[in-house]
Amino acid sequence: MTTLDTSDELHLKLYRQMFLIRRFEEEAARAYAQGKIGGFLHLYIGQEAIAVGAHAAMRQDDYMLTTYRDHGLALARGMAPRAAMAELFGKVTGCSKGLGGSMHFFDREHNMLGGYGIVGGHIPIGVGTAFASKYRGEDRVSMVFFGEGAVSIGDFHEGMSLASLWRLPVVFVCENNEYAMGTPISRTLSVADVSQKALGYGMARERFAAESVIHVRDRLRAIVDRVRETSEPTLVEIQTYRFRGHSMSDPGKYRTKEELEERKRKDVVLRARVELEEKGQSEALERIEKEVEDEVTDAIRFAEESPEPGPEILAPTTYTGAFAR
Amino acid sequence: MPQMNMVQAINDALRFEMRRDPRVVVLGEDVGKVGGVFRVTQGLFDEFGDDRVIDTPLSEGGIIGTAIGMALYGLVPVPEIQFSDFIFPAYDQIVSELAKFRYRSGGEYPAKIVIRTPVGGGIRGGHYHSQSPESQFIHVAGLKVVCPSNPADAKGLLLASIRDPDPVLFFEPKRIYRAAKGEVPEGDVTVPIGKARVVRSGKHLTLVAWGAMLYEALDAANQAASQGIETEVIDLRTLWPLDIDTIVESVKKTGRVVVVHEAPKSCGFGAEIVALVNEKAFLHLEAPPLRITGFDTPFPYTLENEYLPLSHRILPGIVQTARY
Ligand SMILES: Cc1ncc(C[n+]2csc(CCOP(=O)(O)OP(=O)(O)O)c2C)c(N)n1
Ligand SMILES: [Mg+2]
Repeated sequence: MTTLDTSDELHLKLYRQMFLIRRFEEEAARAYAQGKIGGFLHLYIGQEAIAVGAHAAMRQDDYMLTTYRDHGLALARGMAPRAAMAELFGKVTGCSKGLGGSMHFFDREHNMLGGYGIVGGHIPIGVGTAFASKYRGEDRVSMVFFGEGAVSIGDFHEGMSLASLWRLPVVFVCENNEYAMGTPISRTLSVADVSQKALGYGMARERFAAESVIHVRDRLRAIVDRVRETSEPTLVEIQTYRFRGHSMSDPGKYRTKEELEERKRKDVVLRARVELEEKGQSEALERIEKEVEDEVTDAIRFAEESPEPGPEILAPTTYTGAFAR
Repeated sequence: MPQMNMVQAINDALRFEMRRDPRVVVLGEDVGKVGGVFRVTQGLFDEFGDDRVIDTPLSEGGIIGTAIGMALYGLVPVPEIQFSDFIFPAYDQIVSELAKFRYRSGGEYPAKIVIRTPVGGGIRGGHYHSQSPESQFIHVAGLKVVCPSNPADAKGLLLASIRDPDPVLFFEPKRIYRAAKGEVPEGDVTVPIGKARVVRSGKHLTLVAWGAMLYEALDAANQAASQGIETEVIDLRTLWPLDIDTIVESVKKTGRVVVVHEAPKSCGFGAEIVALVNEKAFLHLEAPPLRITGFDTPFPYTLENEYLPLSHRILPGIVQTARY
C-alpha cells in the first residue's frame, strides 16, 4: 500500500482541479445561454469532488469511462480546457473535432475513454477494458462512472455479472445524486442502498458520501489498491448531489428550493476552500483562482476563434476508408 | 377547431383515448409527475393517476417487455421511449417478441401496444439524440410504423394507432414538436393508417417525404416552381404499411421520383421506396430515382445542417432530376 499524501500542496492541487471544473462549467452555462453551445449541456456542478478524488486515487494509465455528465472527469484527467470548450462549441479544435459535443468527450491520451449518452451502455465496455488489462498481464484498473438511475438497466447488471465471474480489475462508481432526471431515487429503486446491487454478484461493495475531495480520494485509493492487487471488482456508491438541473433545459421543479439550499451549504468546492484558508493558504488560493480564471477565459476565447469543421471531416470518421454521401 | 402544436395534439389524443378506453395505460421515464421530457404527457398523471400513467425506472427493455405482457392480458399500453435513440436496449423485446406474437399464435393473438418516441435531428443532440431508425423496424415484419408531420395528423394517427389491432411504432418528429401548428379537430377524429397524402400537386416530379423533412421538401418544391418545375409532394404519414399506390400513381404522371429522409442513405427506407417504384412503374420513369438523405455516418453534433436533407440540399436534387 502506498502512503497517502496529505500535504497542503496536494490539497491545493485538488482544489485547483475542482475550481477549474466549477468555473469551466459556469462559463459553459453562460455560453449555452448565449446560444454559442447547442444541444444538451449536463453540468457536474456539486459533484466535482468525485471526479477529482477519483483521478487522484488512480494512475494516469488507468482507464476511466463516464456518462454524458463528462466535463468534470475529462478535466480532472487532464484534458486541456481549450479542447474541452472547443468541443462544446462544436469547433474543429475540440477533443472530438466538434463532432461529439458536450456529452461525448473522448481523450485517448489521458485514458478518458469517453462520455456516453445511452445510459448504462458504457458499463460493460469498462468491464472489457479491465479484461484486456488482465489478459495482457498489466495491472491497469478500469473505473466506470454512472448515476443511480443507471442501475435499473440491463447493461449495468450484465457488466457487474461478468466482472465478478471473471474477476476483473474494475471499479464501478455509482454517483448517487438522488435524482434521475426528474425522478427521485425513492421512485426508481426498490432499495435505498444502491451498493446492495453488488450482493447478488458476490462482489465487494462500499458506500460513502462525497464529503470532501480528500475523503473521496482516500476511500477510492484504498479500493483501487485492493482491486489492482486482487483483481476483484468492487461496486462503490458515492452519495452526492447536483446543484443544477439535469441538463440546461431542466428547471428542476421536482425538488424544493430549501432542499437545494441545504445541499449547497455542503458544497465540496467551497468547503475545500474554507479548510485551506484556515490552514493559512489564502495567498496560494488567490493565485490559483487567478490562474484558473485566465485559463477559462482563454478556453472560451480559443473556442470562439476556432473554425467549425466542414463536411469533409466526416470522411475518415466512420470507416477507415472512403464513405458514401 | 382549436389551434395546437404537435405536443398538444398528441396530448389531446392520449387524453381522449384514456377517457374513452380504461384499458389504455401510459408508461415511461418521467411521463407521470414531470409530464415527459417534451411535456407530451403533461396533465395525464393528475387526471388518470399513477395506475394509468406510470413513471418507470430507466429500463427500456423492462418498459417494452412489461408493456407486451400487459397487452397479452388485455391492456392497451402506450409506452414512451424518451428518444428513439434509446430504443435499442428494448430492440430485442420489439424485434424478438412484440413483432412476432401474431405470427406465433397463428394470427390470433397480437400483442397490441403503441410505442411513442421522438425521432430525428434538429436540436443539435449529436449522435445519441438525433437518429431516425425507422427502417430498422420496418425491416423486421410485424410492426406498423407511423410518422406524422402536423398536429391534426398526429392526433388522428395516434387515435388510429391505439385502436389498430397491430403493434405500432409512433415516431414523433421532435424538430417540429412545437414549430408545426395547425387546426386539430375536436373529439373522435381518426386518420387512417396506411394512407399517404398529396400535399402539393405538380406534373414534373414526385417528391416523397415525411415528418420534419416534409417542410423542407415543400420549401424546395416552392423554390423549384420559380424555375418552372412543378413538384408533387407526398407526405407518407404512415411508413409501414406503405401507401405505394399513391406514390406509383404520382410517378406514372411525373415520370420522376425523389425521396427525402434524415436517416443514412444505405438501406434507408428510401431504398425500399425506390425499389417498389422500379418494380411497379419502371417503364414510366424518365430519370433515375434519387435519394436525398442523411450521410452514411453517425449523426454529427456540429454539421447538423449539412447532414440533414434540408431544402438547400433538396432543391439541386429536384432540378437535376427534372432536367435529366
Ligand atoms: C437508455 C437510455 N434511456 C434514457 C435516457 C435518457 N436519460 C438520460 S440521463 C437520464 C437519467 C439518468 O440519471 P442517473 O443515472 O441518476 O444520472 P445523473 O443524470 O443523475 O448523473 C435519462 C433517463 C438515456 N440517455 N439512455
Ligand atoms: Mg442521478
